[in-house]
Amino acid sequence: MSEYSAGRSGFPPAYLDRVGSSFTDFLATAAPDLLPGRRPVPQLPVGDVTPHGTTIVSVTYEGGVLMGGDRRATMGNLISSRDIEKVYPADSYSVIGIAGAAGIAIEMVRLYQVELEHYEKIEGLTLSLDGKANRLAQMIRGNLGAALQGLAVVPLFAGFDLDAAPGTPPGRIFSYDVTGGNYEERGYAAVGSGSLFARNSLKKTWRPNLDGGAATRSLVEALYDAADDDSATGGPDPVRRLYPIVYRVDAEGAVRLTDDEVAEVAHTIIDERAAAEGQG
Amino acid sequence: MTMPYYASPEQLMRDKGEYARKGISRGRSVAVVTYADGVLFIAENPSSTLHKVGELYDRIGFAAVGRYSEFESLRVAGVRLADVRGYSYNRRDVTGRVIANAYAQTLGEIFTQQMKPYEVELCVAEVGDTPETDQLYRLTFDGSVVDEPDFIVMGGQAETVSAHLREHFLPGMGLAEALRVGVQALSAVSPATSAGNGGPALLSAEQLEVAVLDRRRPKRAFRRITGAALRPLLDSDGADAPAGGEEPHTAAHAPSVPQPGTPPGLGEPSAPDSGGTAGSGGEAPTT
Repeated sequence: MSEYSAGRSGFPPAYLDRVGSSFTDFLATAAPDLLPGRRPVPQLPVGDVTPHGTTIVSVTYEGGVLMGGDRRATMGNLISSRDIEKVYPADSYSVIGIAGAAGIAIEMVRLYQVELEHYEKIEGLTLSLDGKANRLAQMIRGNLGAALQGLAVVPLFAGFDLDAAPGTPPGRIFSYDVTGGNYEERGYAAVGSGSLFARNSLKKTWRPNLDGGAATRSLVEALYDAADDDSATGGPDPVRRLYPIVYRVDAEGAVRLTDDEVAEVAHTIIDERAAAEGQG
Repeated sequence: MTMPYYASPEQLMRDKGEYARKGISRGRSVAVVTYADGVLFIAENPSSTLHKVGELYDRIGFAAVGRYSEFESLRVAGVRLADVRGYSYNRRDVTGRVIANAYAQTLGEIFTQQMKPYEVELCVAEVGDTPETDQLYRLTFDGSVVDEPDFIVMGGQAETVSAHLREHFLPGMGLAEALRVGVQALSAVSPATSAGNGGPALLSAEQLEVAVLDRRRPKRAFRRITGAALRPLLDSDGADAPAGGEEPHTAAHAPSVPQPGTPPGLGEPSAPDSGGTAGSGGEAPTT
């Protein structure tokens, strides 16, 4: 009988042990097969046969932080999805975006969301932003074996720091590498195959303390530039009405911008580029 | 050498039951009352950190009386069961009944097999989409589980409080009204009020722990009502507060909620179930 079908026969002993407030640690004792890092690593590289998510961009602005991602997933030279969602709220004050092997990444996001909520319920408090960032690093570290077989997951994590000292920007961004290295970024960050182009674009358009509208534009433009030069990143798709997913995290919490809001920004950029092209 | 003398099973069970009942009746009471928008938990609890009421899952809450260390470990077990089930199946597959069953089995096992029974009484409450689908389960120290309508009272002098509630409870009360009825019922037996040794007539905000499962909230329905949010409710004299008017957020710990503007299905870990590819709730791709 698997442990997680408890209920028919009461709680298995592990449930009643007071071992801690981490959901992942608890799963490791009660149902280790549910953890992504505990499965046998494939013997051959499988990177070409699994969908991969691509570009995620995050920028800070005066009131917090924004994160956006394109909608494309690729499998080798094929587009495996045009409308994948790669940015998720982690809890009410933080968001997570993922690049890399989509299946594992989405499972990791789910586990991470439960991890944060579980801590909140058991302790009655939310983790600090640095605590959340660290916790994610440990999950990425556990995936190193799979990463070497082409199943790397590289997230981008951003949140509103409720404990920020006065005068310091409340929006903070953390980037990761496949070994679980955790780096706080200043101002903006990008991960995924199109990140090089996105970062170059941000270098020209982003300024400290932008207002929300300008920061959104800067972010959507960076995704546009990434899609321009990287085949694995999808641009705005007016035919199917698919636009990047953008989350805003401010003192009020994490909110997803509506498709209409993002579409408007995307169309402004497209029109301006088209006009510039016409003059050239 | 002393010989263990024979005691009949009936005697053993009776003694254990008596022991547990005595332990529970020493504690202060907790009332769980249904109201128009969900379920209201009211506990007489001077501590603001050692909670008697807690959140188990999106629509499921927990209340307990008795020995803190014992019901706290049961609460943690309930949160774990809910989270493991929600993670391995889907958030919709976590029900109050499953958790209540697990508690019943565990308490029953402890009662029959261990020397000392748990001195606890629990309530698992679940809100549905309509008042008719709300569920209240009462679990006692011996593992029996009862599904009760309207309200549950546990702890010391539960009978007196129940009688008071039975007299004043009306189905479909507003939050302020339900809170008033509940607090009056608890105050009638509390040692901290005039009923006990000549204090004020009603328990004050500092002596109460109040929380609701509000069916109108998206995803996580549980919310604590503390301090600045609780006082006006207690003072409102039972005048039915307008629906939605009693929404001040508690500063201490607001559980995460998808913000307005989040399309349905987003902001919940259930969304990636679809592999994240479906345009959940948003515009469907028109190919």
